[in-house]
Formats: sequence, C-alpha cells, structure tokens
Amino acid sequence: MEILKKIAQCLEVGDDAGVPPLVRQALAEGIVAKTILDDGLIAGMNTVGEKFRVHEIFLPDVLLAAKAMYAGMDVLKPLLLSAGVSSRGRVVIGSVQGDLHDIGKNLVGIMLKGAGFEVIDLGNDVAAEKFVAAAKSHDACVIGMSALLTTTMPVMKEVVDLLNKENLSGKIKTIIGGAPVSQNYAGEIGADAYGYDCAQAVAGVKKLAAAVP
Amino acid sequence: MEAITSRIGRGQVLLADGAIGSLLMARGLPRGAPPEGVNLEHPEILEEIARLYLEAGAEIIQTNTFGASPLKLANYGLGEQAGAINESAVRAVRRAVGERAYVSASCGPSGRILQPYGDMEAEKMFASFQLQMQALIQAGADIICVETMSDISEAQLAIQAARSVSPSIPVMATMTFEATARGFFTIMGVTTEKASSELQKAGADLIGSNCGNGSLQMVAIAKEFRKFTVLPLLIQANAGVPELRAGQVYYPETPEYMAEMCRELIGAGVAVIGGCCGTTPEHTRAMRKVVDEKKKNSRGS
Repeated sequence: MEILKKIAQCLEVGDDAGVPPLVRQALAEGIVAKTILDDGLIAGMNTVGEKFRVHEIFLPDVLLAAKAMYAGMDVLKPLLLSAGVSSRGRVVIGSVQGDLHDIGKNLVGIMLKGAGFEVIDLGNDVAAEKFVAAAKSHDACVIGMSALLTTTMPVMKEVVDLLNKENLSGKIKTIIGGAPVSQNYAGEIGADAYGYDCAQAVAGVKKLAAAVP
Repeated sequence: MEAITSRIGRGQVLLADGAIGSLLMARGLPRGAPPEGVNLEHPEILEEIARLYLEAGAEIIQTNTFGASPLKLANYGLGEQAGAINESAVRAVRRAVGERAYVSASCGPSGRILQPYGDMEAEKMFASFQLQMQALIQAGADIICVETMSDISEAQLAIQAARSVSPSIPVMATMTFEATARGFFTIMGVTTEKASSELQKAGADLIGSNCGNGSLQMVAIAKEFRKFTVLPLLIQANAGVPELRAGQVYYPETPEYMAEMCRELIGAGVAVIGGCCGTTPEHTRAMRKVVDEKKKNSRGS
C-alpha cells in the first residue's frame, strides 16, 4: 500500500494538485475507495492535525492540507456513494461569537469532513434558535458550538435548553469548545461533550454520533 | 501637541488605554452585534469611554474601529458604511480628549485568509484597509494602530495601506503570539524575529504585541522583540486568560498586578504600554502611577 502512504504525504506537504492523480492510480491498482479515504486521506489529515496540535506546523499548512484532502475526496465521492458507503452522520457547527478565532471551529469542520461526516457550517454569530433549526432541517445528530469570547457563551446553554424544551436532547447531541470553555462549563450547562482541541472534538463527535439512535 | 514619535525618541514612556468592548457591553451593546455599530448610532458612548481612560491617565486613546475594515463589516451588512463608521469613531475620541491625548486609530484583522491558504486576494484586502485608513486619517487620527495580527502579509498590507494614504502618519503594528514548547508563534506561524523584520520593512514606526495570554508572557515577548529590532516597542496585554466564575466572565489580572508588570515592561525597554481584553480604567490608573514614577526617576538621574 505504498500508494496510500504517498497520498498521506501529499496531504502533509499541502500538494493539492498531486493528490487526485495518486487517488486515481490507487483506484486503478484495485484499492477500494473507502480504504483510500481511511488509510490515505484521513491518515494524512490526522498526522497534520497532530503536528498542528504540538505547534510543529501552523495554520497555513493545515489549510493547504485541507485543500489537498478535498481534492482527493472529490475523486472518491461518487465511488463512495455508489458503493453505498454512507456518511457517519450530519453535524451542524458554528461559532456563537465570531472573530479571526473562528479558525478553531473551521479546523474542526475540516477534520470532521475528513472523518466522514457531513458538515453544515453556520459560520459566526450564530443564535441558539438558528443552531436548533438547522439541526432539525438537516436531520443532524450533533451540534458543535465554539466560543472564543466569554460574553456570548450563554448561547451554548440556550441551545441545550432549547433542545430539552423541544424533547430533542436524545436525538441531537451537543459538543462545545473554544478557549474560555471547559469540561466544567459543559457539565454546568448540560452539554453532552467538550472538546479541548481539534482531535478531541472529532473524537467526541464520533462518540456522540454513534450513541444517537 | 508634540508628535508622538518625537516624545518616544526622547525616551519617554507613553501610556495607552484599555479595553473598549467590555465597557460597550456594560452600556447595553447587544450580544452578537458588531461593536462598531455604536459609532454611528451612539457616538456619545464612545466619548464617555474615551473620557474615562483619559481621566485614568491614558495619553493614547484608541478608536472603536478594530473591526471596521469594509471586509470585516461586510459580515454584518455594514461594508458600505465603513467610511462613516471610521470617521465617526475618530471624531468622537477627538471631541472627548481634544489635544490632551493622542487619538490612535485601531485596525484589526479583516477576518479573511489570503491566498493560497484562503480565498482572499491581496489586492482586495489592501483596498479594504486603504478605505479604512483613508477615513481614519482624514478624520484626524494622530497615529494608526494595526493590531492583533496573526498573518504577517495581512499586517504588511494594513501598514502599507496607511502609508499609501499618508507617508508621515506614525504607524504602530502588533501581532498576537502563543507560547509553544518551541517559543512564541502566531497561529499562522510567525516568530517575533520575523515580525520584527517584516513589520519594519512594511513601514511601521513602533512594533510589538497585543492580546494573548497575559502580562507575564508579554514581558518575555518584549524581551525577544528587543533582541531583533531597534524600533520602539508597543505592548498591550490582556488582563490574563479569561475564566468563568459562576457564569460570569472573569479576567484574573488585577490593576495592581498589571502595574507591577508595567514596571517590568518599562525595564525591558517598551515605549508604549497599554491594555487589551479585560483591562479597565482602573488598570490604566494603576499603570499610570508606575509610568509617573519612572518619569520622576529619569528626571532625577
């Protein structure tokens, strides 16, 4: 599976033009799309995420890697669909208050897509009602919320309360993250999970999505 | 009023003000609303805040224009009003301080990421900053403060935009660093060494750091900058990393603590010291005493 390693390395150096030919070559060698996704694209993206976490690389490298990942996914998508490989579920994400630091939320979005989720990104300054309405209309299983500045954090609690009120709390799970947010705060407001960093957020979403009936 | 750069050149330490956003919220700015909307609707609130900092002893007062580049305002459908929003903010501070303090025009990141990492063209970003700078300078700002930058190219575009409008207006430029096991980096991977050379190259008169993770780290960051540049330094620290206590936002650094750190910053050779997120007029007042002490001592020597 030398080719899959090459695909992963292409992601790590942010070579988006290099990925599609390698993916096609892998398919020609008879490797199934799901394996290329998991052991090529996602494996590469995981390495990138880990290097970013320990400050070995920085945001520009991650953004280029994401571009490369998307280029590969474009090739694989029709094949995954026709092979009946279903998505892991839909996740609605957004920042309750936006500034440049919605980068954290964007990174989680990139990694979730890499992990096989369909991601609906509502952007910045998202109100509680909007989170819940989008989750309902997209039939999402998880709502992921990010906050940087503490002043708008109560929106997170409003979302949790709104889900409770509409009897949706079992069907739509919540996960929160961002600099001022903590595990304690997640407990305090009744959110289902907390993600300290990108990797934890993705792991948390996987767990929540698996628990939704 | 003596030019700010000439006072710094004579070795004076100048005190800049603290946070605006939290004071705006205490005065009823609705959650999620753009802080710059106030500039057109309630400029009298900006005057009040400027007076609070002036009375606390700040001699550089920032305008409420951090997010007032057309690109950033476009997120709120206010892009078309960028000119008026910037002008109104400068005039409000001027009305409050007259010639007793310098009006420092704040310019924060556009919120967009430049190509090839993001989708923004450099020309468009430059045009956006240029429109903002035009309005700020025309309305009578004394100095431009490009701040909270992570991307060195974006910081350079903002500095160059100011320079393109006025070759003579003093420009300060600061970036936001994180402490990592390998030293200080912005989230885009810029080091203090790179910031030092590139900000100067773009035409900044003062350089340094703002926001971030509290005063103690800022002292370390200032010392690093000192190694790499001969330009005067500017530091505006947060009052620590915000915590939540019983559902309320709490910034841990007290005025007394930040005053102590102010002494360290002066010792590290910083020329302009102010506060960022979580600082209040009380912090400014405490820092004022330290700056005055320094003044007295240097006169005596």
